[in-house]
Amino acid sequence: METYKADVVIVGGGGSGLRAAIAVAETDPLLKIALVSKVYPMRSHTVAAEGGAAGVRQAHDSFDYHFHDTVGGGDWLCEQDVVEYFVAHCPTELTRLEHWGCPWSRKEDGHVNVRAFGGMKIERTWFAADKSGFHILHTLFQTSIKYPSIKRFDEYFCVDLVEDDGRCQGVVLIEMATGEFTLIEARSVILATGGAGRVFRENTNGGVVTGDGMALAYRHGVALRDMEFVQYHPTCMPITGLLFTEACRGEGGYLVNKDGYRYLQDYGLGPVQDKPRNKYMELGPRDRLSQAFWYEKQKGRTAEGPLGSVVHLDLRHLGEARLRERLPLIYEMAETFMGIDPAKQMIPVRAAVHYTMGGIRVDGRCASELPGLFAVGECSSVGIHGANRLGSNSLSELLVFGKVAGDAAAEHARHVDFGKSEALQKQAREVERGLMAMKTKTGGKEKAALLRKEMAQRMEDGCGIFRVEATMKTTCDKLAELRERFNDVAIEDQTSVWNTEFLTTIELDHQLDVAAAMANSALHRRESRGAHQRLDGYGERDDVNFLKHSDAYRTHGGPPRIEYNAVKITKSPPAARAYGAAGEKAEQERKDAHV
Amino acid sequence: MSEPRIIEIEVLRYNPESDAAPRSEVYKVPFTDDMSVLQGAQYIKDNFDGSLTFRWSCRMAICGSCGMMINGIPKLSCETFLRDYYPNRVSLEALAHFPIEKDLVVDWSGFMEKLESVHPYIIPKEERAIEEGEYLQTPKQFAEYIQYAACINCTLCYSACPQFGLDPDFIGPGAMAILHRYNADSRDGGADTRMEVVASEDGVFTCSAAAYCSEVCPKHVDPAKAVNINKINASLDYFLRFLRPKGDSQ
Repeated sequence: METYKADVVIVGGGGSGLRAAIAVAETDPLLKIALVSKVYPMRSHTVAAEGGAAGVRQAHDSFDYHFHDTVGGGDWLCEQDVVEYFVAHCPTELTRLEHWGCPWSRKEDGHVNVRAFGGMKIERTWFAADKSGFHILHTLFQTSIKYPSIKRFDEYFCVDLVEDDGRCQGVVLIEMATGEFTLIEARSVILATGGAGRVFRENTNGGVVTGDGMALAYRHGVALRDMEFVQYHPTCMPITGLLFTEACRGEGGYLVNKDGYRYLQDYGLGPVQDKPRNKYMELGPRDRLSQAFWYEKQKGRTAEGPLGSVVHLDLRHLGEARLRERLPLIYEMAETFMGIDPAKQMIPVRAAVHYTMGGIRVDGRCASELPGLFAVGECSSVGIHGANRLGSNSLSELLVFGKVAGDAAAEHARHVDFGKSEALQKQAREVERGLMAMKTKTGGKEKAALLRKEMAQRMEDGCGIFRVEATMKTTCDKLAELRERFNDVAIEDQTSVWNTEFLTTIELDHQLDVAAAMANSALHRRESRGAHQRLDGYGERDDVNFLKHSDAYRTHGGPPRIEYNAVKITKSPPAARAYGAAGEKAEQERKDAHV
Repeated sequence: MSEPRIIEIEVLRYNPESDAAPRSEVYKVPFTDDMSVLQGAQYIKDNFDGSLTFRWSCRMAICGSCGMMINGIPKLSCETFLRDYYPNRVSLEALAHFPIEKDLVVDWSGFMEKLESVHPYIIPKEERAIEEGEYLQTPKQFAEYIQYAACINCTLCYSACPQFGLDPDFIGPGAMAILHRYNADSRDGGADTRMEVVASEDGVFTCSAAAYCSEVCPKHVDPAKAVNINKINASLDYFLRFLRPKGDSQ
């Protein structure tokens, strides 16, 4: 087997992985870095992020405000010490990206501009029109080319980790163009593989978002934390799930039901505002807005038609010129995919799965419980999103914690030696044997494509915007059944070169594990918090029993074992979570109480 | 949603492990009006032949993965719709001018080397500490480069480029657009460093000015304009060298 050695191997070439690679290269140019990605880095799903990245920018804003927005937005399930670090480092990292060439949108005077975003008290979202993720990713990728110590393994698919001496010491890869297995031995391993939204049916995610890193860490005994918290984004294209950014509302767009009524005023987000007002109406947080959509549907106030149930995103009053300037991608998507001119017509939208709040449990330095294994970005749970992520915090996360992960992995690499090659190579050969046996076995009756479809439907049924015990249980049972049936999958394509049927079957293996962690974590959380809302008698937040992170551990053959761990509270004790006028009143009362 | 109709999709298949040369296969695919060509290919893979191979990810024309020749024209398959070809057959082939690895997957390593060769990063005109804040950029300065920064590296322009078809070493429209994106950025001072690439044997001068590259660009980057500007810049640079005193590299 082809074998390489690297001081730090990074799996994932999206924003987090690239930022981590650059951090390692800058902190110590002598460290050898291997950057592994199953797609060319600039194809990674960071590319599809639209609205922007949060970081305090204006004089009347403060780190404290950003902290409280984030912690309240996360329904108090955030690691508050980590959030404090995060908000304090966002502006630095966003400025650094500007120095690297990121085309942030500007004001007339040449300074970087910011826009309003949901759940944020002050405008602090840096943006590059509505292609913020695209520009961040290309800036990071092109900047990474500067550093000779970064060796890329483009279109290599990571299929397992290897460990020895209780440390993670490398990764096993398949070179997609040849089908050859490759081992990279490493002193430090960083997982930066992104989220897992593709386990759901209607989602905004690219095909690559299959939870690979989560599944690999989980397989090696690392906990997946807070996996029940899956974000539904309220404004997505029906059927395809493609995203219409929250910036549509940040720029002043309205959400209306079939009667043209701005229904959010009925869900604790009012009163109605003519102009965008932070934390009111359309600028409420995503969990609340997606829940409001669900209620409208129950009340029969969504429009029904060939696209299914929809509400309308109304941008007409913003005018073509402003839409072309601020939301050019949205404009094009509406035109190309829906035949709609958003300056003249409303856009039909509904909620779809967008983001995985939970992930590989890591500490504030991105270190997991398995020594030598780090994780960063959407695949990780470093603790800033809690039960509901605020829009524009995740792009900042990948910059701030990409650097943290790179620095921490470099530090670790300097303090440990390479392990025993023989032991690692033996493990890698076992991984290869196992996967080749799966690929070549005969007599299988199941089709991976069909199992994938069933999994996605069951996740939508059981783990949607609102959840009840019975369907969650059915989903958990169904996932266990799919896991069984997976053993009987037949792979038709027996070639080596670019065998995507084989590779997507391995992805399905990963997805089934991640889905089980999500569904079982959801089943066990008997309360409602953030994106996890129940209708079966657990409709309230229960801080006595559930102000806790869930940790899902993989078991042999059974459902995951769910444990609970304390949440780190530093300066924001749990309080009522309110938006609109009610939120403002609550904030005033808190202030008065402190005087 | 409209009732599904049936469209014939002809795919140029190539499996290097068993085919001496590419061969055509035709599939009858049920489709609805909202279905993209990419979804048509996915339907074939999921229902008829799991070995059909193509790249894709974002589905929204921003990741740059899913380019292919659709009835002979380079397009992103995710934003091209089957309804626009029905009732005729639609044909899919790998992007022209690139070596085929398998089916619709081409070898992009040459393009990646070109992209890496243009120094595609800010070479600061003036160093600036983070504490000093951002570089200021007026709307006019911003407008100089932003169009070229929109390149998604999909390489459709290479499949449209007759010169790249003749000479795979030609730097090509996409990489030139990215090169120009940095040269035109007010923060950057690396144009001299990049001139070596621009004026090299495989640089801009071999461009035959067909400008088809700009026509097929899904993001309106206008790479032909980037090539043209750099032809002029490189010519000026060439002549100015004779006017400068010896040893003056400025």
